[in-house]
Amino acid sequence: MRSVFPVLTVLAVIVGLWWAAVAPMNIRPALDIAERSGVAVVPEGSVTRRDVSVWRLMLDNRESIAIGYQLDRPRLPTPSQVGEEFWKTTGEMVAKGRAFSKRSLLYHSWITLRSTFWGFLLGTTFGILAAVAIVYSRVADMSLMPWAIVSQTIPIVALAPMIIVLSNQVGIDGRGVPKAIISAYLCYFPVLVSMVKGLRSPTASELDLLKTYNASGGQSFWKLRLPASVPYLFAALKVGVAAALVGTIVGELPTGAISGLGARILIGDQFGTPLAIWSALFAAAILAGILVTLIDLIQRAVLPRMGFRT
Amino acid sequence: MSWFIASLVFWICAWLLNIRLASSKASDTLAVRIIVPLLFGISILVLWEGLVRGFEVSQVILPAPSQIGATFAGSLETLWVDFQQTVLKGALRGFAIGAAAAFFTAILIDRSSFLTRGLLPIGNFVAALPIVGIAPILVNWFGFDWQSKAAVVVVMVFFPILVNTVQGLREADTMQRDLMRTYAAGYTQTLLKLRLPAAMPFIFNGLKIATTLALIGAIVAEYFGSPIRGMGFRISTGVGSLSIDLVWAEIAVAALAGSAFYGIVAFIEKRVTFWHPSQRG
Repeated sequence: MRSVFPVLTVLAVIVGLWWAAVAPMNIRPALDIAERSGVAVVPEGSVTRRDVSVWRLMLDNRESIAIGYQLDRPRLPTPSQVGEEFWKTTGEMVAKGRAFSKRSLLYHSWITLRSTFWGFLLGTTFGILAAVAIVYSRVADMSLMPWAIVSQTIPIVALAPMIIVLSNQVGIDGRGVPKAIISAYLCYFPVLVSMVKGLRSPTASELDLLKTYNASGGQSFWKLRLPASVPYLFAALKVGVAAALVGTIVGELPTGAISGLGARILIGDQFGTPLAIWSALFAAAILAGILVTLIDLIQRAVLPRMGFRT
Repeated sequence: MSWFIASLVFWICAWLLNIRLASSKASDTLAVRIIVPLLFGISILVLWEGLVRGFEVSQVILPAPSQIGATFAGSLETLWVDFQQTVLKGALRGFAIGAAAAFFTAILIDRSSFLTRGLLPIGNFVAALPIVGIAPILVNWFGFDWQSKAAVVVVMVFFPILVNTVQGLREADTMQRDLMRTYAAGYTQTLLKLRLPAAMPFIFNGLKIATTLALIGAIVAEYFGSPIRGMGFRISTGVGSLSIDLVWAEIAVAALAGSAFYGIVAFIEKRVTFWHPSQRG
């Protein structure tokens, strides 16, 4: 609670800087509009203005700066423009009862969320299974672990178009499956690393104690190793769910998808509507926040019941 | 079909050999530690080759490793131009600028506990966001050449490094700081001789995360517009024109570049933080 005030202050400063930056960023298109509507602009003609610095332009044309704050297609939109666009594509759509129309960000968030969920599930399952194999088998440890590290140094975006081509050829329709594979690829690694650490976290004396109880291998796994790894698992899930969302959006970006937040960004770029890009970015940020908070809440509910102090 | 069965047999033999190696007495030697994963990797490639040949998969869908290798060797010039454009110009410059900016920002905000408390949660949150999405905006701002790619990379690597550096600077404990005070050490001396060295494991952690992000950023930014060279450009046009073997060659370059970049940072880390428990033993 101590940090609420500092966080709010820093946020206010960021929004202030953003708002101030709109003037220099948008001054050139603003002057073009002013000139067309007959206002005297100091260096005439947009070609001659290209060689003049934005600061000079702002000093010489103080009255026209305000136009830069109301552009339809700004280079940098103001915070309120983004907020308005965001509301228009979420809250207003809900109010009209068209929450899941194709223009609504809720619809696109839902598409992204679905792929993220499957990718997260796939990645987490794979990560946990691989971790169990690595902890119990020395040969798996020696041959899998180096490749798991290498796999993360390969930029997944390079692979993303190939995964989509491949799954199309194999006969999988739609983009859900390839997107889920890409997000699983990004999200399995933190889970794998943490689970290996977690499954190895019981001390030798704890393992010995179970041996004196004549516990079988399975019993010592279910009753000691697995419960001991749960705090590590939750820490990894928080990183993993964010990574899964990044993976889904990356999977939507370069592949010509038509629905999903990444596709909104892509379409916004192609049609030159920066407001659509910005509001999709904010939707993605909010989605990431919700997902991480959700896992945090589950963690807070589960860990104390298992006897861990949080 | 016989190709596939042969490769499957090879894969099983390699796995059995690995089991023998891993449980032998020499399993802790460096040679075995390298051979086992190498053998595993090779057997996967052989399996891939056998799969493609055995089932006569069209090369438009999945080219065989041997064919990718041939394309790789045949188009070294193109690959080198793309490598220069994407890795040397876009990713590395962006990485250097972003890392330097994050490092100095961290040292500045570290002086004020108010700023630290305010920026750390925000930085942590932003580091988890899908920042790649700003690529089209930055390409729009900085043009098609490497500057826009470097800008995307700067934004992507900034927050992970910032958060890690700030956390690292808090690592020196009160006892150690008190000791510096008894030596009459000033702020700069304490920073240079105690707190920065103590922060190095954290800083390198951030740098290692950033190496992968840098390549991702540089490649994604090229999907949104680039001059007619660059790895992202070649991949997106290669998928369109069905020259899939060239795309895989680019992926191989990206993998090699990414691993080498990570390896270099990890090597420097080993040299700098030789005193840390994770590097000893």
